[in-house]
Amino acid sequence: MDEPIIQVKNLSKKFGTFEAVKDVSFTVNKGDVFGFLGPNGAGKSTTIRCMLSLIAPNSGTIAIFGKNLANHRTQILKNIGCIIEKPDFYRYLSAEKNLEMFARISGRDSSKKEIQEMLEFVGLDGRGKDKVKGFSHGMKQRLGIAQTLLHKPDLIILDEPTTGLDPQGIIEVRNLILRLKTEQQKTVLLSSHQLSEIEIIANRMVIINKGKSMIEGSVDALVNEQDLLLQINVSDYQNAMQAIELEFPALHVKHLHGSIIEMALEKEMVPTINYFLVNKGFSIHSLEPKRKLEDFFMKIIQE
Amino acid sequence: MLVRNTYNEFIKIIAKPRSYIGLGVLTALIFVILFAMKADGTSFVSFVTASFEQTLSFNGNILNGNLIAFIILQMLIVHIPLLVALVTGDLISGEAAMGTIRMLATKPISRTNIVLSKFIAGAVYTLILTLWLAFLALIVVKWMFGTGDLIVLNSSGLIILQEQDIMWRYLCSFFVAYLALLTVSSLSICLSAFAENSIGPIVSTMGIIILFTIIGSMDVTVFDSIKKFLFTTHMASWRSFFEDPVKMKDIWQSIIILVVHNIVLVAIAIIKFNKKDITS
Repeated sequence: MDEPIIQVKNLSKKFGTFEAVKDVSFTVNKGDVFGFLGPNGAGKSTTIRCMLSLIAPNSGTIAIFGKNLANHRTQILKNIGCIIEKPDFYRYLSAEKNLEMFARISGRDSSKKEIQEMLEFVGLDGRGKDKVKGFSHGMKQRLGIAQTLLHKPDLIILDEPTTGLDPQGIIEVRNLILRLKTEQQKTVLLSSHQLSEIEIIANRMVIINKGKSMIEGSVDALVNEQDLLLQINVSDYQNAMQAIELEFPALHVKHLHGSIIEMALEKEMVPTINYFLVNKGFSIHSLEPKRKLEDFFMKIIQE
Repeated sequence: MLVRNTYNEFIKIIAKPRSYIGLGVLTALIFVILFAMKADGTSFVSFVTASFEQTLSFNGNILNGNLIAFIILQMLIVHIPLLVALVTGDLISGEAAMGTIRMLATKPISRTNIVLSKFIAGAVYTLILTLWLAFLALIVVKWMFGTGDLIVLNSSGLIILQEQDIMWRYLCSFFVAYLALLTVSSLSICLSAFAENSIGPIVSTMGIIILFTIIGSMDVTVFDSIKKFLFTTHMASWRSFFEDPVKMKDIWQSIIILVVHNIVLVAIAIIKFNKKDITS
C-alpha cells in the first residue's frame, strides 16, 4: 500500500487581494518522483514555499511524514532537502565552507570527507576551495543539489532545478534525480514548467493552473487516457485527406504544413489508417503517433 | 541549534569585507586625532583652559593619555553607531537581498533562533569594536602620551581627577558605551527584519539616531516628557563616570533604559521575522 509522504489539503494563500493558491490538494507517496506541473505564475512556487514554511498559508493543511507542518516544523525540515527556484549561497565563502555551514544547521553533522564526496558526486571536485562568487549558474545549481543531499534527507523538493542549465547540465540533473530514486529510494517532488522533464522523470504528477490543482495521478495513466494525435507525412496529401474522410467519417483530418496531415484517433486505429493509405496507393514518408504530455498539459490548462 | 547558527553567523561576519571597515575607520580616526594632538595638542588644551588661567595655575603634563582617551571617546562615540549599523543592519536584510535567507529558513532551526543568533553575533561584533576602541584609547594612547591627572570640563565646571582614580571610570564608561552601541545594533537588526535590502536599515538607523539626538538637544517643553526615554539621551551617559561624585542613580537609570530598549527591539525583530512571508 502507498505510504503518503506529503499530504496537501485545500491549501490557499492570498497576497493582498491576489489569490496565488486556491484550494490546492495533492498527495505524494513514498518513493515517488512527483511532477508538480504548471505554467509560469500557476502557484507552484507559492505552494512549495508553504510546504517549507517560508510562507504561511491562509487556510488548508500540510502534513509531511504524517506530521502537521504547522506543529512539527523543525522535526520535518530535518528530513527535507530542497532547492527553491535558484540556489543562493554566501558569495564571499568557498563552496566547501557554504556546504559546511548549511550542514551544521541541517540536523546532521557532515564530515569533511562527506563534503568532498558530495562535491565529487555533483561534479564539483577540485572546486571546493573556490569562492562561490566565481561560480557559473550551472555550478551553483550543482552546489545547490550537493547542499540538498548532504544531510541525507528522505524527501527532496526541487523547484525548477534545471532553470538556466545548458543541455548537458539538464541531462545530468535528470539522471541524478533518477539515481536518487533508483539507488537511494528517495522521494522527490519536482516542480517544473518543462513538460519533457516531467514526462521523462516523474511517475506521478499534479497539474496546477491559476492557483488551482487541475488533475492528479500517474503520468502514464493520465497521458494514455487521451486520444492519440497521428501525424502522417504523405504524398498527395489533399487526396489522402479526402480518402480518409470518406472512408472514416468520424475522423477529423487537418492539414498541418507541407505534406503533413494530422488526426486524433484511438491507438488501435493507427495500423488500419496506415494499411488503408498504402492500399490506396499513397506513399507514406513518415507516420508519427503523438501522445505527449505537452498536448495533455495544453488541454488541461485550456479547460 | 542556536549555538551552531551563532557560530555560522561569526563565520559570515569574519568573511565579509565590510566587517573590517569599522575597525579600519576607527583605527584611522584615532591616529588622525593622535597626530593632531602630537602636532598641536598644547594649543588645543590652552583653548579649553584659557578661561581658567586667570584663577588657576596648571602644572604638570595636562596633555596626557588620559585626557586624549577622553577626547577620543567624546569625539568618536557619535560616529561609531554608523560603523556598528554598517554590519548589523545587513544581518537579516542582506540575506534577503542575497537570497540566502530562503536557504536558511528551510533548515530545521526556528526563526526565533535565527534572529537571536544574529543578535548575539552582532553583540560580539559590537563588543570587538568597543574593545578595539578601548585598546587604542587606553593602551596605545597612554603609551604614546604617558599618564597623569585628568582635567574634565563639564556643565558644572572643571573637574580634576587623580591619576589613580581614573582607570575604573574608563572601564565603567566603556561598559555603558558598549550598552549604548548594543542598542544601535539591536535597532538596526530590528529594522533589518522589516527590509529586503542592505542599505535601508543602515540609513534608517542613522536617521533615527539623528532625529532622536535633535529632539534630545532641543529645549522645547513639548519634548521634555519623552527625552528621558530616548536611547540617544543615554548614549552619552558614560560621561557621568567623570563627574565627582559619580551620579550612580542616573547611570543605573540609563542602563535600565538601554537594556529595555535592547529587549524590546529584539522582541520586535523576532515577532516580525516569525510572521514574515519569505518571498525573495
